[in-house]
Amino acid sequence: MSRLPNLLRIKNNQSIDLGKIENLTYADFYALAIDLLKDDDKHCTNYFAYPYKDGLQFIMAIADDVHQDIIILSHILKGTDKQELKALTKENFALHIFEREIYENYGVYFTGHPWLKPLRFAHDRALKEIQINDYPFYKIKSEELHEVGVGPIHAGIIEPGHFRFICNGENVLHLEIQLGWQHRGIEKLILDKENLLQRTILAESIAGDTVIGHTLAFVQIMESLSNKKVDEQIHIERSLALELERIAIHIGDISALCVDAAYYLGANLFGVLRTPIINFLQLWSGNRFGKSLIRPGGTNYPFTDDLKQELWQILDNFEQKFEEIAYIVYRLPSIQNRFDFVGTVTKKQAKLIGTVGLSARMSDIKRDIRMTHPNIAYKKFPYETVTVKKGDVFARFLLKKKEIRHSIAWIRNVLSSFDFNSKKKQKPNYNLNFKANSLSISLVEGWRGEICHCALTNEDGNLQYYKIKDPSMHNWKALELSLRNVEISDFPINNKSYNLSYCGHDL
Amino acid sequence: MISFIILIFSSIFFVGIISQTKAMIRGRKRPSILQPLYAVLRLFKKGAVYSTTTSIIFKLAPIIYFSTVFLSVFFIPVGKLSGLLSFEGDFIYFVYLLGLGKFMMIIGAMDTGSSFEGMGANREALYSLLVEPAFFILMGSLALFTDHISFYELFTHLHLHNNLTYTISIVSIYLLIFMAMVENSRMPIDDPETHLELTMVHEVMVLDNSGFDLALIHIATWLKFAVFGALISDFIIPTDWAIPYQILFFFGIQILFAIIIGFLETFRARNKMAKNPQWLIMLSAIAIVVFLTTLIITNKIILH
Repeated sequence: MSRLPNLLRIKNNQSIDLGKIENLTYADFYALAIDLLKDDDKHCTNYFAYPYKDGLQFIMAIADDVHQDIIILSHILKGTDKQELKALTKENFALHIFEREIYENYGVYFTGHPWLKPLRFAHDRALKEIQINDYPFYKIKSEELHEVGVGPIHAGIIEPGHFRFICNGENVLHLEIQLGWQHRGIEKLILDKENLLQRTILAESIAGDTVIGHTLAFVQIMESLSNKKVDEQIHIERSLALELERIAIHIGDISALCVDAAYYLGANLFGVLRTPIINFLQLWSGNRFGKSLIRPGGTNYPFTDDLKQELWQILDNFEQKFEEIAYIVYRLPSIQNRFDFVGTVTKKQAKLIGTVGLSARMSDIKRDIRMTHPNIAYKKFPYETVTVKKGDVFARFLLKKKEIRHSIAWIRNVLSSFDFNSKKKQKPNYNLNFKANSLSISLVEGWRGEICHCALTNEDGNLQYYKIKDPSMHNWKALELSLRNVEISDFPINNKSYNLSYCGHDL
Repeated sequence: MISFIILIFSSIFFVGIISQTKAMIRGRKRPSILQPLYAVLRLFKKGAVYSTTTSIIFKLAPIIYFSTVFLSVFFIPVGKLSGLLSFEGDFIYFVYLLGLGKFMMIIGAMDTGSSFEGMGANREALYSLLVEPAFFILMGSLALFTDHISFYELFTHLHLHNNLTYTISIVSIYLLIFMAMVENSRMPIDDPETHLELTMVHEVMVLDNSGFDLALIHIATWLKFAVFGALISDFIIPTDWAIPYQILFFFGIQILFAIIIGFLETFRARNKMAKNPQWLIMLSAIAIVVFLTTLIITNKIILH
C-alpha cells in the first residue's frame, strides 16, 4: 500500500498509546481495510466504535498471521457529521457482524449493508425503533414453503435463541438465527466495577463454558495495561488450564453428538471420560470449570509436584480409554452414515464469513491463535495446529478428536520439559495501576476459537471502554450456512457439532 | 381367552425389559422392570390438558388408537391357543385396524396446529405406508404356503421341516422384529429417548397429549410389542408340544425378543432421516425372499 506505508502493528497482549494511533479519513480507512483483508493471512479480529470527544472513534484490529502481529486501523466520525458510512460488508462479508453491532449501539447507518439488522438488543442501544419481538426475519413467499420457528424457549436446559427455518417439506432452504435474548451488558458491568477482583470474576462469567479462555484474555489485558510482569511458570500454568478446558469440552461435545445420533453407548463412555479432567481442575483450583484459577498478577493455586504427578496419571488413563472407545465409535458404520455429508461448509464459504477457531479448521483453514499469535507459553512450547478438510458434521466430530490428541501431546511436552518450581510464589495483585490513554488487545485461542478482548484507558488511567468478542459471533453464521439444503432433522447434530455460545454472543 | 390373557400379561413387562437391557449394556443403574407400569399409573391419576386450538378429534384420537390396538390383540393366537376372534382373512383386518389407529393419531397430531406435530405426523404416515407392503408380502406368502388365511389356521398349519422352510421362518422372524421396531417408532428409524423435537417421529406426535390420553398411548405401545412378539413366537413354538410348555416357551421368546430389541437399539446410531424410506423398502425386498421361497416350495416355480 503506497498511500500509507507505516501500518501500526502491535503484538498480541501488547498495549499502545492511543495517541500513536493515526486516524484516517473514512475513504482511506475503507480502501486500506479492504485491501488488507483481501489477503488470506489476515482477518479482522475486532472492529468497534467507542465514544470519543463528541463523536465516535472506530478501531479495527486485523490479525496478520505471517508477521504474527495485529494491525490497528482507526477513523473518527464526528458527532456533527451525518451518522452514515459506506458499508465495508459490501466488499468483505466477514465484517457484517461488527457493522451490525455498531449500527445497533450508536445508530450509525451503513449504506449498502445487505443484512443490517439489530444484533443483541442491548438496553442502552441507540436503535430503539426495533424491539426484539419485531426482528425483521428474511422471508420467502411461496405456497410450497413453510416456516418452522424454534425457541427462544427450548425444551432442554439450554440458553435462549430463536431459530427460524424456511422449509420445503423436510428440506431447509434457509435458517436465520436471532439472538440477544439474554443480554447482560457485561462489557458495561466490567467498567462499572472498580475492584479488579470483581472484574476478574465477571470475566469468568462471560461464557460459562469458556471460563479459562475468557479469563485468560482478560488477565492478559490487565497485565499488559499495567506493565505487570508475571513469571513464565504462571503463563504456562494458565495455558495448561486452557488445554485442559479444551479437552474437557471437546469430549463433552463428542459425547453429546453421540446422544444426538442416538448412540447412547458411546455417549456414556465418552461422558465418563470428561469427569477426570474437570475433577482435576477442581483438585487444582477448587472449581470444576477452573473458576478462580486465573488471577491478574499471579496465582493462588500454584501447580505443585503432587498435581503434576496426578495429571500425568490422569492423562495416561484418559488417553488409553479415549483411544479405545474412539477406535470403535469413529469407525462405526451407523455413526459415519449419520454424520457424513451433513451440513457442509466449504472452504470458500468459511473464508467469506470469516469463521474462526474450530469452525475454520474444519474447512481446512489454518487459523489458530496459538500458532499465529502465541503468548509466552505457546512461544516456549509451540503448538502445531490440526485441520480437517470436509467441513461437514463428521469433520467437526473428527476434528474434536484430533484436537484432544494434540492438546494431550502439548501438555505432556510441557510436563516433561518444564521445571515447575512450586516454591516460587507470586500472589495475585488486585491493585494494578493502568497506563493512561492506552489500548491493549489480547487474543486467546479458546476451545471454540479466537477470543479477542480490547480495553482502552482514559487519561486518568481508568478503563474507559472494554470490548469482548467471543468466537461465536462469527461462527453462528457458519451454522446458518450448514443448514442450507439439509434436512430439518439434521439441525440438532449440526448445532451440537458447533456448540456455539449464546451468552458469549449476547454478552 | 388364555392367549389373550397371557399376551396382555407379557406386555406389561416388555418395555421394562428393554430398558433394563439397555441400561445394563451402557453400564447404568437399571430401572425397575415395572417402571413403565408405575409411569402409566401415575399418568392415570393426572388430568389431561387440552390446547384451545384442538377440537374433538384430538380428544378422540388416543381412545380410538388404544381401542384398535387392544382389539388387534384379539386375533393373535399363541401356539395352539387360538385368539378370541378368528375368521378368514383376519390378518388383513388386523393390519387395517392398526392402520385406523395410526390414522387417528396422525389427524389428532395435525389437529393441534403445531408445526412440530405436523412434521411428525407426516413422517409417521410415510413410514407406515412404506412398511405395509412388507407385511402383506410376508403374510401373503405364508397364506400361499399353508393355504389358510386366518392367523390361527395359518400358524397351526405352518409345518417347518426342511431347509427351505427354515429360510422362511428365519427371514420372517427378522422381518417381524424390524416391523415391530418401525410400528413402535424405535431405532433405527426413530429414537424413543431423544429430546430433540426436530428429529422425532412418533414422540413429537404425542407432545400435546397428557394424563389419561398419554397413558393409553403408552399402553398401546406395550401391546403392539407383545403382539409382534407373539407373532414371532408362533413361528417358533412347535405345534405338537403340550400347552403348558407352549406357554412357558412363549414367555421365553417374549423376553428374548425384548432383550434383542435392547441390543439392537444400543449398538448402533439411528438412520439419517432421508435414508429411512430406503431402509423401509429394504424390508419389502427381504419379504420377497420369503415369497420366492414359498413359490419354490409350492412348486409354482420349478427349479431345474
